[in-house]
Amino acid sequence: MAYVAVKGGEQAIDAAHAWLTEERRGDPRLPEITTAQIAEQLGRSVDRVMAEGSCYDPGLAALAVKQAQGDLIEAAFLLRAFRTTLPRFAASQPIDTDAMQIRRRISAIYKDLPGGQMLGPTYDYTHRLLDFQLMEMSSAIADPPPATEPSPAAESAMRERIKRVSAILAHEGLIEGDGVSDDPPGDLTREPLAFPAARDLRLQALARGDEGFLLALGYSTQRGWGGTHPFVGEIRVGEVTVEIEPPELGFPLEIGEITVTECQMVNQFKGSKSVPPQFTRGYGLCFGYSERKAMAMALVDRAMRAEELGEESIAPAQNIEFVLSHCDNIEATGFVEHLKLPHYVDFQSELETIRRLRREAAAFALHGRREAAE
Amino acid sequence: MAVLARASAAEIEALLAETKPPPGHIRLRGPEIGLVMVRGRSGGAGAPFNLGEMTVSRCTVRNEEGRIGHAYIAGRDLRHAELAATVDAAMQDDAWHDALERAVIAPLAAAQEHARAALARKAAGTRVQFFTMANMRS
Repeated sequence: MAYVAVKGGEQAIDAAHAWLTEERRGDPRLPEITTAQIAEQLGRSVDRVMAEGSCYDPGLAALAVKQAQGDLIEAAFLLRAFRTTLPRFAASQPIDTDAMQIRRRISAIYKDLPGGQMLGPTYDYTHRLLDFQLMEMSSAIADPPPATEPSPAAESAMRERIKRVSAILAHEGLIEGDGVSDDPPGDLTREPLAFPAARDLRLQALARGDEGFLLALGYSTQRGWGGTHPFVGEIRVGEVTVEIEPPELGFPLEIGEITVTECQMVNQFKGSKSVPPQFTRGYGLCFGYSERKAMAMALVDRAMRAEELGEESIAPAQNIEFVLSHCDNIEATGFVEHLKLPHYVDFQSELETIRRLRREAAAFALHGRREAAE
Repeated sequence: MAVLARASAAEIEALLAETKPPPGHIRLRGPEIGLVMVRGRSGGAGAPFNLGEMTVSRCTVRNEEGRIGHAYIAGRDLRHAELAATVDAAMQDDAWHDALERAVIAPLAAAQEHARAALARKAAGTRVQFFTMANMRS
């Protein structure tokens, strides 16, 4: 039964929202947090909201985080709602991650890959011990030790284009290529998804999909639910230039930079009748510094290619319709949370049905006993 | 335009304040906020896909000399877009081009290059060499 609209409750709703505003502000004796502070100091939250809100704007994402009291799914929802109020001026040229200004770049398959490995500002290798110094204001904290000065050669190497690891493996022909296509991609924000969705649409859905959901699905592939034997070919984080070609200008224009995380997952492939054994790949790309998300995305992207590669498709992560229908946390939260809205009419009808069924069952039982007695 | 897009409105304004101001202008379009759909390529170099949108401001102006200037700038700073469009219009005039290049573009480009170099230096400082144990059983 469809949802039946309700009305009334305005006064209670106003009072509830006034209380919410008060709760959001917290203890008024403490200074109010600014959106600039959120953008600067809670950057990973802001990045996640931009990725799942599918709208790159750190200032707006910080505002959404503040307004949602740090509820990141609510914040992504706010950002998605805002984006619907804006016209789309253009689509960009595909970003060139080869030309990224690298903050972090690691590979689990090559120790000495050309361009080198840079740890960047990572939580890896920290001891995961709570740092009670952070409870104090930073003025009380000693300056961190100065970073090791790189050699001039290492520094100048950082300024050059650093090739993706897939391009390195491709030289030997042991890894599948990217294929060549410049067809305009499908856009799930403009046309409803139809299944089986092509890879361009799948990547778009994954890029805005829920990090937790994709993490769990990626994990499930590692545990045998659609295993793909993955290696991290490369993860890179940094700034890429965004270029558009406005129709009124007729030439490309750099409009600024965005931070993205890219993950190249390299997977075993036994080969088929037409394709020799080689490595295949899963791809992850998302807004901001979101390594866990990019890795999970790459695992699930590869898992969803099972059918294309002639593999048995049995696990949830390999089921394109299952993954794409459930990875969007805004859609998911909408449908799950609508259950708390008044369903009085639906419930009354269900109640009527149950009562009728019980009456019928009781009458049948009585009838049966009578027959047996006769 | 790439340099103006990477700068902030305040930086552009500060440099313009120290030089002969570019000709006055009227707005032909905007400044207004919209979106650009950012595209990536599957696998890094394959078929394009839509990664997600970003906010962008745009503005088109005509200056007193009749030159049309356009700007598309990441973010929502309308003032930034209008300033960039004004500079773009003026710079199409040879007389203005060199003066603005010297007074505005070159210093911004140098500052951006400096910031890029500083970031590259920081990243290079975290360059790592891992050694794996050859064979734990031997």
